[in-house]
Amino acid sequence: MLEQFIQFLFSGITVGATYALAALGYTLIYNASNVINFAQGEFIMLGGMLAVFFTQAGLPLPVALALAIMIPAIVGVLVEKLAIEPVKGAETVTLIIITIGASLVIRGLVQVWLGKATHSLPAFSGDAPLIILGATLMPQSLWVLGVTALVVVALWYFFNRTLHGKAMLATSYNRLAAELVGINTSWVLFMSFAMSASLGALGGILITPITLTSYDVGIMIGLKGFVAAVVGGLGNGLGAVVGGLLVGILEAMGAGYISSSYKDAVPFVLILLILFFMPRGLFGSKSTDRV
Amino acid sequence: MRAYKGLYLVIAILLVLPFVLPNNFYLDLVIRMVINAVIVLGLNLLIGFAGQISMGHAGFLGIGAYASAVLPSHFGWHPLLAMAAGALATGLLAALVARPIFKLKGHYLAMATLGLGIIINIVLRNEASWTGGPDGMPVPAFALLGFELSNDKHWYWVVAALLAVSVWASLNLIDSPFGRALRALHGSEVAAQVVGVDVVRYKVAIFVLSAVFASLMGSITAHYVGFVTPNLADFFHSIELITMVVIGGMASVYGSLLGAVLLTALPQALATFEGWETVAFGAILMLFMIFLPKGLVPTLAAKFRKGG
Repeated sequence: MLEQFIQFLFSGITVGATYALAALGYTLIYNASNVINFAQGEFIMLGGMLAVFFTQAGLPLPVALALAIMIPAIVGVLVEKLAIEPVKGAETVTLIIITIGASLVIRGLVQVWLGKATHSLPAFSGDAPLIILGATLMPQSLWVLGVTALVVVALWYFFNRTLHGKAMLATSYNRLAAELVGINTSWVLFMSFAMSASLGALGGILITPITLTSYDVGIMIGLKGFVAAVVGGLGNGLGAVVGGLLVGILEAMGAGYISSSYKDAVPFVLILLILFFMPRGLFGSKSTDRV
Repeated sequence: MRAYKGLYLVIAILLVLPFVLPNNFYLDLVIRMVINAVIVLGLNLLIGFAGQISMGHAGFLGIGAYASAVLPSHFGWHPLLAMAAGALATGLLAALVARPIFKLKGHYLAMATLGLGIIINIVLRNEASWTGGPDGMPVPAFALLGFELSNDKHWYWVVAALLAVSVWASLNLIDSPFGRALRALHGSEVAAQVVGVDVVRYKVAIFVLSAVFASLMGSITAHYVGFVTPNLADFFHSIELITMVVIGGMASVYGSLLGAVLLTALPQALATFEGWETVAFGAILMLFMIFLPKGLVPTLAAKFRKGG
C-alpha cells in the first residue's frame, strides 16, 4: 500500500519537475511581455530531440547537451525578435495565434528534419534502480530533481541578488517605470525568451531517458506546463514550481489509483476546479480593472 | 437596409456556385467551407463582438457530432432527435460552466476553455465501446420523412440555407440591444455595468449560443462526412476555428465567412508541399497576425474608406 503510494509519488515528482521547468518558462515570458508563449512545449521537445540527435551523431554527452540547450535558446530569441517584438501591444488572441504559429513551424521543421520516429536517450548514470521504502527510484529521476532544484536556486539568486535579475523583475511590475529608470526593456524581453527556451529544453533533455521523445511530445507537456503556471497564479515563480509538482503528483496518483487512460485529463480537471473557486490561481494576487 | 447588401451578395453567390463548380471535389470543399463559416459566425459573436476567448470550441462541435453518431447507432434514435439532444446537452454544459468561467479574464479564461475542450476530447478518445476510440465511428445517414440526404448536391442546399439564415440572424443580432450590450462589454466591462448591462448574463448567453451553433454544425458535419473521429474535437481544431475568426476579422460578419473560406482551402492548397504542410501553415498564421492583426475584412474596409 505505502510502497505503491511512494512509487506513484516518485514518478509524479519526476514528471512534475519537468512541468515546473516549463511553467517557469511561461512565467518568465509572461512577466516580461504579458504573452503566453504556446511554443513553450516545442522548446521541451527540441531539447530532447536535439540531445538524441547530437549524441547519435557521436558527440560526447556534455557537448551534445550544451548544444541541445543553446540551440533552443537561439530559436526562442528568433521567435521573440521576428514574431513578438513587431506586434507589441497586440490583442491577446493575436499573440496566442502567433505563438501557436511559431510552435507549428518548429514542430514541422523537426518532423521534416528528424522524422516521426520515437527516440530515447541513455540514462546519465546507469539504469540500476535504487530501492527506497520498498519503492524503486531510477537514478535519472535524481538527475531531474537535482538539476531542477539547482535551477530554482539559481533563478532565485538571479532575481533577488543580481542587478540584471532585478531589472527583469522591475520590468514585470511596470514596464514604463522600468524604462524611466534606465532599464533596457527590449533586452529584458530578449533575455526572458532565451532563458525560458533553455529552461524548457533542459527539462526536455532530463526527462527523455524516462519518457522518450518524438517530434510531437511538445503539445501535451507544453499545455500541462501552462496548467502548472496557472495553478500557481500566472507570473508567480514560486507558484510555477509548486504548480508543476502538484500537477505531476496528482497526474501520477490519478493514473495509479483511478485510470491510466484518463491520466492526461487530470491536470485539466484540476485547473478547472481551481479556477472555479480561485479565479487567479493558488498564489495569484487580486487585481482590479480600470475603466 | 444598407447592411443587407452583403447578405444579398452572399445569397447570390450561394445560388450560383453549384452551377459553376467544375466537379464534386470542389463541391465537397465548398460544403466544408460553408459548414465552417456557420461555426465561425457563432464563434465570432463570442470572440469578436463580446471579446471573450474560447479555446475549446471544437469540444462543443465534438459533442454534437458524437451525439449524432452514438445515439442513432447505439440507441436507434432519430437523427433529428439526436441532433437536438446534442445541442441541448452542449447548451446545458456551456451554461453550467459559463458562470464560473466568465468570472475569469484573459489568459485564465483561455486556460479554462482550453481545459474543457481537452477533457471532452479525452473522453471521446477513451470511451471506445461507445465512440470507437481514436479510430472514430461511422454515422448513419440523415433521413427525414423518408427522404435520405445522401448526395452532395442535397447537402449543399441544406448548408447553404443554414449559412444564409445564420448571416441574416447575426446581422440582426448585432444591431439589436443584445448586440450593442455585447459590444459595450467588449469595450469596457465596468463601463457597461455602469450603464446597466448585466455583464455576466450577456456573456453566458452568447457563450451558450455559440456553443449550440458549434454543436449543431458538428452534427451536420458528422452526417455529411458519414464518419466521426476525435480529431474533430481536438485542441488543434479549436485553434483553427479561432484563426478563421481572427484572419477574417474580429467582429466582422463577412470576415467570418472569408476566414472560413480561406482556412478551409489552405490545407488543400498546402497538400502539394509534402511534409512541409505544418511549417507552411504555421508560417502563414504568423505572417497574417504580424502584418494584418485586425484581419482581412476590417483592414480592407479601412483602406477603402480612406481611399474614397
